[in-house]
Amino acid sequence: MAELLQFVFSGLTVGAIYALVALGFTLIYKASDIINFAQGEFVMLGGMTTVFVAHAGVPLPLAALIAIIATTAIGLALHRFAIEPARGATSVALIMITIGASIFLRGTAQIVFDRRFHSLPPLLGADPIQFGGAAILPQSLVVLGSATVIVIVLWLFLERTIFGKAVIATAANRLAARLIGVDTRRIVAFSFAVSAAMGAIAGVLITPITLTSYDAGTLLALKGFAAAMLGGIGSAPGAVVGGLLIGMFEALAAGYLSSNYKDAVAFLIILIVLVAIPQGLFGRPKIERV
Amino acid sequence: MRALPTFTVATAVGLLALVGAAHQASAQIKIGAVLSVTGPASFLGDPEKRTLEIYVDEINAKGGVNGQKLQLVVYDDGGNADNARTFATRLVEEDKIIAMVGGSTTGSTMAMIPVFEEAKIPFISLAGAIQIIQPVRPWVFKTPHTDRMACEKIFADLKARNLTTIGLISGTDAFGKSMRDQCVAVAGNADITIATEESYGPRDSDMTPQLTNIRNKAGVLAVVNAGFGQGPAIATRNYRQLGITLPLYQSHGVASKQFIELAGPAAEGVRLPAAALLIADKLPDNDPQKPVVSNYSRTYQQKTGQAVSTFGGHAYDGFMILIEAMQRAKSADTAKVRDEIERTKGYVGTGGIVNMSPTDHMGLDQSAFRMLEINGGDWTLIPGS
Repeated sequence: MAELLQFVFSGLTVGAIYALVALGFTLIYKASDIINFAQGEFVMLGGMTTVFVAHAGVPLPLAALIAIIATTAIGLALHRFAIEPARGATSVALIMITIGASIFLRGTAQIVFDRRFHSLPPLLGADPIQFGGAAILPQSLVVLGSATVIVIVLWLFLERTIFGKAVIATAANRLAARLIGVDTRRIVAFSFAVSAAMGAIAGVLITPITLTSYDAGTLLALKGFAAAMLGGIGSAPGAVVGGLLIGMFEALAAGYLSSNYKDAVAFLIILIVLVAIPQGLFGRPKIERV
Repeated sequence: MRALPTFTVATAVGLLALVGAAHQASAQIKIGAVLSVTGPASFLGDPEKRTLEIYVDEINAKGGVNGQKLQLVVYDDGGNADNARTFATRLVEEDKIIAMVGGSTTGSTMAMIPVFEEAKIPFISLAGAIQIIQPVRPWVFKTPHTDRMACEKIFADLKARNLTTIGLISGTDAFGKSMRDQCVAVAGNADITIATEESYGPRDSDMTPQLTNIRNKAGVLAVVNAGFGQGPAIATRNYRQLGITLPLYQSHGVASKQFIELAGPAAEGVRLPAAALLIADKLPDNDPQKPVVSNYSRTYQQKTGQAVSTFGGHAYDGFMILIEAMQRAKSADTAKVRDEIERTKGYVGTGGIVNMSPTDHMGLDQSAFRMLEINGGDWTLIPGS
């Protein structure tokens, strides 16, 4: 039992990380149908900027705040200088642009920062919490809690505010949204800014567990994207559930089957789920009204 | 439009001819180097190139070798083995080098071996894998220690502590895989039983399931982690998180201060093998390698402003072995130099004490590695290792 519990704790730890990264994909997708493959780089920038600003002598909470603001600015810049000039292009072309942006951000980070691995101190100390013969780090719970808070805030924002409704309207039909007076360009820019901020928050929170380096974003984005797809892209609760499920698959596969095949097992299950439910667990099927 | 390239080419050829003529007048001995100065393996090639340049200048300032000045010809393969082979051919056919120091990666080294074997030019590789010198090829040598030696070093320490049944956990990256294979291969000879084996991806953020399985395996007395990069730091943290008290061994792949920083207090008590160069200040004064590693560290740091790495040290060793061989041969004749490289005995370098022979073209033994333990956030040298 203790070992099963330990595998579950590991699944929660890894899953919470994927969930937090996956959440960043949802808002941009909701507002613009774009899957932003530079989302992993936002996570990396959050972690790396905090490390370097803190290293320069700034207190850690302030350093984290600076990192989040800086990453938000980069998110806005990405929209202003890469996405906005290409407006009218197909989603696929815009997704290509985000892939290009991710390569650019990674390369720049390598020069601005360095090529080494870095860590941050955990929020609630490094002593593991013992429970039923298994151990979990407090930081894992922090990550999980933050993902939950973000889901609630996002839901309140989208459902309960006019601005949130405008985001949904933009996603549903951009032309119609513009006709009723929604500034869709501002909505998309806003979604990039908030997604970048969410990525940066994720970076600050997960770095104590995962460590970070200039190229940390690639794999995080891949796993986060898989989590978002599994949960139903565009759905915030789906992103969290998807992330937790993938983390759990991986941990159980590593524990009970073979650690060599844990990624394969996780992706196989994703494949099966998506064949059965193409829109993902929480996704709404797209219905074309004629 | 059409005339421009022709003009450019003509100018370039003309300039090259001028440069060539100028060099021929001053430099007599040409030494070639194909290094991965840029690209993913630049952490190898960059310090190697800087090291070669520093010491070519130093030798030339002292009047060269056998009264002749040296000229270094460096090409950057960008970490690409195909490029390396092209540059190797150019070094042989156009630059007419008499010896080669380089090949930052195993891939580029293996690609260049046929070129130098055919041209009968001595080739001292700076790459790690044991395939470079096994089977022995007449013209090919190498300076870095191998994964196999690191495994043997760890196993010798385990045996001395009577911890002969171990669990092995390794990364699935190239370094982790290669070291894992070597450790499994030499375990039998070292009387070590690997009771259970686990692996993790190079970017994994939690390894507690794998470590739980190792902990639950009956009879395991110690755990060895073959890995490079962040994986070993996370494995070490998870190890303490689970409260495992068995001795933990890491590999030479993480023998840097960065590992202690990343793993934090969890690193306390971890043992690992490391090259003497990384602990130059920790070596006792009577250590035969102390003068050479201290000198090289100081020179490299002064000239480049960067911390020393073992990779630059490999280039230093390769270059110095070549220079000493030329001095003993009293000539720059490729065949004579090759014979003298093979006769290298008692060369004290940054990587260890080198004793080459017709059957051993690396010439290092276990003494190349020192066993370290992490105590109080710093290395301590385990006496007698």
